[in-house]
Amino acid sequence: MDEPRQPATLSDRAPVIEPGYTFGSVTDKISSIVLTRPTSNGWFLGFGVAFLLTMMMLYAIGYLFIRGVGIWGVTIPIGWGFAIVNFVWWIGIGHAGTLISAILLLLRQSWRNSINRFAEAMTLFAVACAGTFPLIHMGRPWLFYWLFPYPNSMNYWPQFRSPLVWDVFAVSTYATISFLFWFIGLIPDLATLRDRSTNRWAQMIYGILSLGWRGSARHWHRYETAYLLLAGLATPLVLSVHTVVSFDFAIAIVPGWHTTIFPPYFVAGAIYSGFAMVLMLAIPIRKVYGLEDFITERHLQNSAKVMLATGLIVAYGYGIEAFMGWYSGNRYDAFLLWNRLHGPYAPWYLSLLACNIFIPQLLWIRKLRTSPLALFLLSAVILSGMWLERFIIVVVSLHRDFLTSSWGMYYPTRWDWMTFIGTIGLFVAAMFLFVRILPMISIFEMRTLLPEAEVKE
Amino acid sequence: MKRTPIYGMMAEFDSAQALVDAAHRTHEAGYLKIDAYSPFPIEGLAEAIGFRKNAVPLVVLIGGLLGGLSGYLLQYWISVISYPVNVGGKPYHSWPAFIVVTFEMTILFGGIFAVFGMLALNGLPMPYHPVFNVPRFALATKDRFFLIVFATDAKYSPSTTRSFLEGLGPRSISEVPS
Repeated sequence: MDEPRQPATLSDRAPVIEPGYTFGSVTDKISSIVLTRPTSNGWFLGFGVAFLLTMMMLYAIGYLFIRGVGIWGVTIPIGWGFAIVNFVWWIGIGHAGTLISAILLLLRQSWRNSINRFAEAMTLFAVACAGTFPLIHMGRPWLFYWLFPYPNSMNYWPQFRSPLVWDVFAVSTYATISFLFWFIGLIPDLATLRDRSTNRWAQMIYGILSLGWRGSARHWHRYETAYLLLAGLATPLVLSVHTVVSFDFAIAIVPGWHTTIFPPYFVAGAIYSGFAMVLMLAIPIRKVYGLEDFITERHLQNSAKVMLATGLIVAYGYGIEAFMGWYSGNRYDAFLLWNRLHGPYAPWYLSLLACNIFIPQLLWIRKLRTSPLALFLLSAVILSGMWLERFIIVVVSLHRDFLTSSWGMYYPTRWDWMTFIGTIGLFVAAMFLFVRILPMISIFEMRTLLPEAEVKE
Repeated sequence: MKRTPIYGMMAEFDSAQALVDAAHRTHEAGYLKIDAYSPFPIEGLAEAIGFRKNAVPLVVLIGGLLGGLSGYLLQYWISVISYPVNVGGKPYHSWPAFIVVTFEMTILFGGIFAVFGMLALNGLPMPYHPVFNVPRFALATKDRFFLIVFATDAKYSPSTTRSFLEGLGPRSISEVPS
């Protein structure tokens, strides 16, 4: 193998891990957050607020189950309201986790080692939030299992030519694989926690979860093979999931949906919003837990660059949509463009352009890319922009289609908002629990980044 | 396997390099039933202890093929044989529409086989193992590196194996009760 070539600029780049750490100090630093650090009042406050929001979501869903989807703002012609907007938004956010853990692993980007664990956790929780919406938006959610092909007394099977059925398979596969990937990554670290904790209960629980991992060379060898193959499987999977989600739209004939640019444009948008969420989580976490040595400026910069690149792909998608509206000569496509810019939802569309295209161009400025506060705020802007994009795609395309007699407007109700904000609470509450009870940075992968881990044959 | 009160002889090392060198020398000295433990994966360590056969890729291949085939055949059987529905004049066997689910099932089964196949081949979960009887072994998940010669090895003898391991310059040596 070639000697690893060091780019000339490496010296003036921030390192992936600050110098001076040993295997022991890396282990102590990450595991002590879970094992010995007292739970702060700030944690209880943050978790408490997020928990209350989760309760609000459950209240809204409980009322929905009693009264039915009529409590939402959905009406004909806008049959897909907040439920689908939020589903697409959340599942897109999850994509960054898989990108970081699988694609960057295959590309040997070792800087991913310090952010992959919580990015994968973020994926899991985002998919859980996303999965809630298709379930509750069914008129009779207790019959959700009709989505799956199983032998039944009605002699009835799902329709496999429908993208909605593909979506069931894509999302459930994605949830399963994301969980497995996250869990096998955790096994060696759970063994570390088992051996480091002094509390009998913690030893038992971490011991059971670690499956008796003992770090044998044979085990590591098979483990690494399985991990790499899983990354190889997760890479096409993550690209396929948002592609299939975009098929839900692209296969329909509604103007604004029926376009071939959707799959790549959805995937780029997913990664765009996902990295924004990674930054919104990483920036406060590294500050509060003093992890600036592990999640360095380099990680923030790289994430910012990924956002800049995917943001430009998204901008290209908008450009092509506008261009095709004019170039196709199709009056309905042309009207869609006019309606976005001048119709009743024009302020939403203009905010979308500002949040997703114009404001993120500030990331070209190096000073802002290295400022945690600026990145945090820009990430919030991008996440809002991507939510608006989902809203524009779902609502604006549906509200004025081919016949003026069937035009309408969509007004979300308080139940829509309570459910949406509630899922943010669920997501944040799950993240709070995660950083408290599991190592949020992969300890064993951090050890491999240290110079002492190098071995000559 | 004959059950002896002693499971093996374990030596503790300070660095990954020392463990790999020791593993090479132990294997070359004719000890075949050995194992090494480290807090992170070390390239070349599995080869050093004489581990060559890794069945994980084959298991994943079988899982992926099984998933893809069952996904496609399920759709074929449902759409053509059990429940044929005419949708917009499309053929019952409209295979392009079946690709997505076939693909997802390939990934799903491949991934499940990768994880559970790896665990099964590693003999996990295994809550009890004799190496855990050595108190210092708790450091194997932190910053220490261990090499064990199993008592079932043909060359194993409590005195000569101990003196051989001492020659490798370990930090400590302990006998592992089974």
